[in-house]
Amino acid sequence: MIEPPPVVELKDVAKRFGHRPPVLAGITLSAQAGDFISLIGPSGCGKSTLLRLIADLSPVSQGQLLVGGRPPAQATGELAFVFQEPTLLPWLTLRHNVEVLLRLRQLPANQRRARVDEALSLVRLEAFATQYPRQLSGGQKMRASLARALTLEPALLLLDEPFGALDEMTRDHLNEELLAIRERQRWTAFFVTHSVAEAVFLSTRIVIMAANPGRIAHEIPIDLPYPRTLETRLSPAYQKQVANISRLLRSVETTSPVS
Amino acid sequence: MKRHTLTVLIPVLTGALMIGLWYAARMTVIAEDQRFLLPAPDAILRALFEKGPMLWSATVSTATGAFLGFGAAVALGFACALVLSLSPFVRAGFYPYLMVLQLTPIIVVAPILILWVGPGLKSVVIITFLICFFPLVVNTTQGLVSTDRNLIELFRMGRASRWQEIFLLRVPAALPYFFTGLRIAATLAPIGAIVGDAYAGNAAGGQGGLGFLTIIFSAQFQIPALFATAAVSCLLGFIFAGAVVGLSWLALHQWHDSYQRKDL
Repeated sequence: MIEPPPVVELKDVAKRFGHRPPVLAGITLSAQAGDFISLIGPSGCGKSTLLRLIADLSPVSQGQLLVGGRPPAQATGELAFVFQEPTLLPWLTLRHNVEVLLRLRQLPANQRRARVDEALSLVRLEAFATQYPRQLSGGQKMRASLARALTLEPALLLLDEPFGALDEMTRDHLNEELLAIRERQRWTAFFVTHSVAEAVFLSTRIVIMAANPGRIAHEIPIDLPYPRTLETRLSPAYQKQVANISRLLRSVETTSPVS
Repeated sequence: MKRHTLTVLIPVLTGALMIGLWYAARMTVIAEDQRFLLPAPDAILRALFEKGPMLWSATVSTATGAFLGFGAAVALGFACALVLSLSPFVRAGFYPYLMVLQLTPIIVVAPILILWVGPGLKSVVIITFLICFFPLVVNTTQGLVSTDRNLIELFRMGRASRWQEIFLLRVPAALPYFFTGLRIAATLAPIGAIVGDAYAGNAAGGQGGLGFLTIIFSAQFQIPALFATAAVSCLLGFIFAGAVVGLSWLALHQWHDSYQRKDL
């Protein structure tokens, strides 16, 4: 039996902007279908840049990057990106905001309606469909942004610190919801975060990065069973992992040359 | 007292106060042989009725000129802003000449226009257009190039076409700026039409507008009638500005922060 190619595969990838020293160097990493990989590391370690390479927002300078076995520009299957900010169009209602990527694809109206309904129910925002972004809370806006990405029915979901601006309680809820959605829509995820607790809670694997140049320092599998709930957060195994990752992260921060 | 009752009552009171001051000033400060220079409000009101038919047809003529010139400026200004928003090079190429258009005084342009298209409505419309065009183009262009970078990135990621990016993103995002330009232009349009009319309004055999009427009244030393003409001109300005404020409310109040209720 032939194995399907990894969803994302990076071999010795480097990225530099102009003649400045590389932002990323020697990145080798691969993600299998169903992986939830968190990228964590000090500011300037290139986590977001790595995400942008995979999303084909920026070309690699060196090495090989394959998405679904092809170069990112020719990648088949949907890829969706969730930005740091909710990035909603203020003049559109929530429903039309969630629909906007499908409108860009010029999908027929009945298909759009079905996918938007599905996405709104996944993030539990059906009741707010006719509201404008300014009427929504920070958490609701982020949910809407997630719903918009989910309408693409992506095979690969890239999330760039999506919950960074939210309070801890909202963030915890959204983490649980994200995993619940993952049970229903089987995408592979890359998730950039600054929160160790969040990374451990969500991920199948955590990639700890170091800066100057951005590189992979550690790759730690997280083998806590899914579904993960509040009980997971309270379990000794989870807390041991959080402590472990925090220590590794601290050691990476102190050994990185100061930028 | 309710808040909206106050917002109606206060301007009415200040208005009454000013009319009172007007009478008082006339009777005390101004010497008796000079009083004809500042007619009493009741004299102005009488002039308004006396010259009613004349003022009405002049107002219709001026309003027509103002509306056509304003409409043309909106349509062409918007199209021009779309072109200017395409690239900084296009802007660099055309902005200086737009400035020339704005900086040339109408008094200088008017005689040339009369030579080219003749006096009458055509000249009035063109002069109104020239006055309204610049604020519309500048504001709308600024709006079209100020789109949130994150939203543009979202559209690029969503593989939006150039047209989709312009009409689904840049144009709606520019609406608040467009309406700022529209408000400025709406207050300028009646002024432009009256100024244009004063220079070029009297088509041979035709009826002039408010600008032409002003010249007639001032030549005949009909001072209350002059004040009545000023009042009518002012009212026309209010109608234009009010209509645009209404349109702006319709387009923006649901989503734009400038209409956000203070108590939220």
